[in-house]
Amino acid sequence: MPATPRQRQVLRYLPVLPAVVLLLVFLAGPVLWAFQASLTNAALTGRHARNPEWVGLENYQRLAQDPVFPLSLGLTVLFVAGSAILGQNVLGLALAVLMRRARPAVSATVGTAVVAAWVLPEIVAAFAAYAFFSRDGTLNQLLGRLGVPDTDWLYAAPMAAAVLANVWRGTAFSMLVYRAALNSVPAELLEAAHMDGAGPWQRFAFITLPVIRGSIATNLMLVTLQTLAVFTLIWVMTAGGPANASTTLPVLAYQEAFKFGDIGYGTAVATVLIIIGAVFGAAYLRLLREQKP
Amino acid sequence: MTAPVRERRPLYPAARRRTGREPGSAWADLVLVLIGVCFLLPLLWLVLGSLDPAAGHATRIPERPGLDNFAAVFTPALLFRPLWNSLLLSAGTGAVTLAAAVLAAYPLSRYRSRFNNPFMYGILFGTCLPVTAIMVPVYGLFVQLRLLDSPPATVLFLAATSLPMAIWMTRNFMDSVPLEVEEAAWVDGASRLGALRSIVLPLMRPGLGVVFIFVFIQAWGNFFVPFVLLLSEDRQPAAVSIFSFFGQHGAVAYGQLAAFSILYSIPVLALYVLVARGSGNAMALAGAVRG
Repeated sequence: MPATPRQRQVLRYLPVLPAVVLLLVFLAGPVLWAFQASLTNAALTGRHARNPEWVGLENYQRLAQDPVFPLSLGLTVLFVAGSAILGQNVLGLALAVLMRRARPAVSATVGTAVVAAWVLPEIVAAFAAYAFFSRDGTLNQLLGRLGVPDTDWLYAAPMAAAVLANVWRGTAFSMLVYRAALNSVPAELLEAAHMDGAGPWQRFAFITLPVIRGSIATNLMLVTLQTLAVFTLIWVMTAGGPANASTTLPVLAYQEAFKFGDIGYGTAVATVLIIIGAVFGAAYLRLLREQKP
Repeated sequence: MTAPVRERRPLYPAARRRTGREPGSAWADLVLVLIGVCFLLPLLWLVLGSLDPAAGHATRIPERPGLDNFAAVFTPALLFRPLWNSLLLSAGTGAVTLAAAVLAAYPLSRYRSRFNNPFMYGILFGTCLPVTAIMVPVYGLFVQLRLLDSPPATVLFLAATSLPMAIWMTRNFMDSVPLEVEEAAWVDGASRLGALRSIVLPLMRPGLGVVFIFVFIQAWGNFFVPFVLLLSEDRQPAAVSIFSFFGQHGAVAYGQLAAFSILYSIPVLALYVLVARGSGNAMALAGAVRG
């Protein structure tokens, strides 16, 4: 019996099935489960672990009253703005621009150093950053030479340390994106501007930046999403402390769910994070579609 | 996002011809070197510390350098079993991801349908989800399905998180294999599956290698997922065991910690070099890596 076009279409797309099942069960499933579980009092252990009860919006009401939540939201914004939007993005662009002017051997060597911090497993990078900022660590060794007294940076300035560590860890991504983007700036355009008497800063501001603005937007979105999800770096360096001074949303969700055993409340925090991620994700998709003619 | 990074075009060649070198390139060298030193400093501690049996947090040249730290961690329980677990997790994740991605990429690359675009964009949206945010719900799901502490289930979850990017990359690589090559095989009597296996896949082998290595590197370095989903010590990968080691002996054994970290990092560094050199297209990796 010959198959109808519709049946043939379905058969043709059968190989997509394993991927779709995996994505539905392990990605879409947990997200839906999160919405549902955040409305219960599910717990890690005890009576409510087996039989969670429906509590409606109670977790979200608690969230609104919990003083730690706005603090954590603010710290997350600070972390993303400081380490991703300002730090990685600007430093990555600066590195890419400098690399075109410097000797090839210098830019290759420095590029390797920057990429090395990014390729390392995250836990190793986190240990290295921890040692660097600790009381008898490298930073104090350097500052000691300048006469600055020893400070435990992880206690005195945990967020600054986390931001710097994340800049160190993640700048390579922006650098690679911008190195590729700068290659797409037409040389004739820069040359013509040079002939017309435009200085290097003018050429950069009025030619290079407008030409690569698509890459800038894409990069900003991607580093924001990556930084939003950073957990290990902060967990190893400060574990969210001291006294919640570096508890970003992923750390807060983890602590509530696993340290205090309140899965329902932890899931509510996670849901907020998922929604923030989804908003940025949707904006990113829009951006990609606009860039495509 | 696929432009090769390694090709360097001189900035407005005419000006360069006039002056020999660009103005300001000396201070560009200087600034770059300074930034490079800042990036190397934290890593220097790792290397020097691993060779210093009396290492602390400070970066210093070892008084009596030696391989004592490496010898101390060279035990089955401390090093080999965690690394073996890491290998199983990462290779398993790579294999599952690659198989599912190739199967899914074939119809998406070869047939035209209204279904393709929404599917690809939906998948791209999936890559935007902060994975750390779904770990609490995933834990809940694993408890209910009784999958906690199961390495195969952890592999499936890791595969699902890397699938979106893998499908995108695999489809792009498959698009670059011309349809005519495949059609020639059909004329010779090969089935679609036969042509896929004997013609298309061998042609895209370098691309598949990049996808596999990329997924492998991500799984190898992942800490949070096995930290939450695998509970018993003898199933945990190196990323987690290194963390517990740090918690138990960290205050006294920084040298061993550094040595352990280096041994654990070498495989991914080597794989990265392989991809960056081999395909000359680091962007394929850069465009795909996320936190």
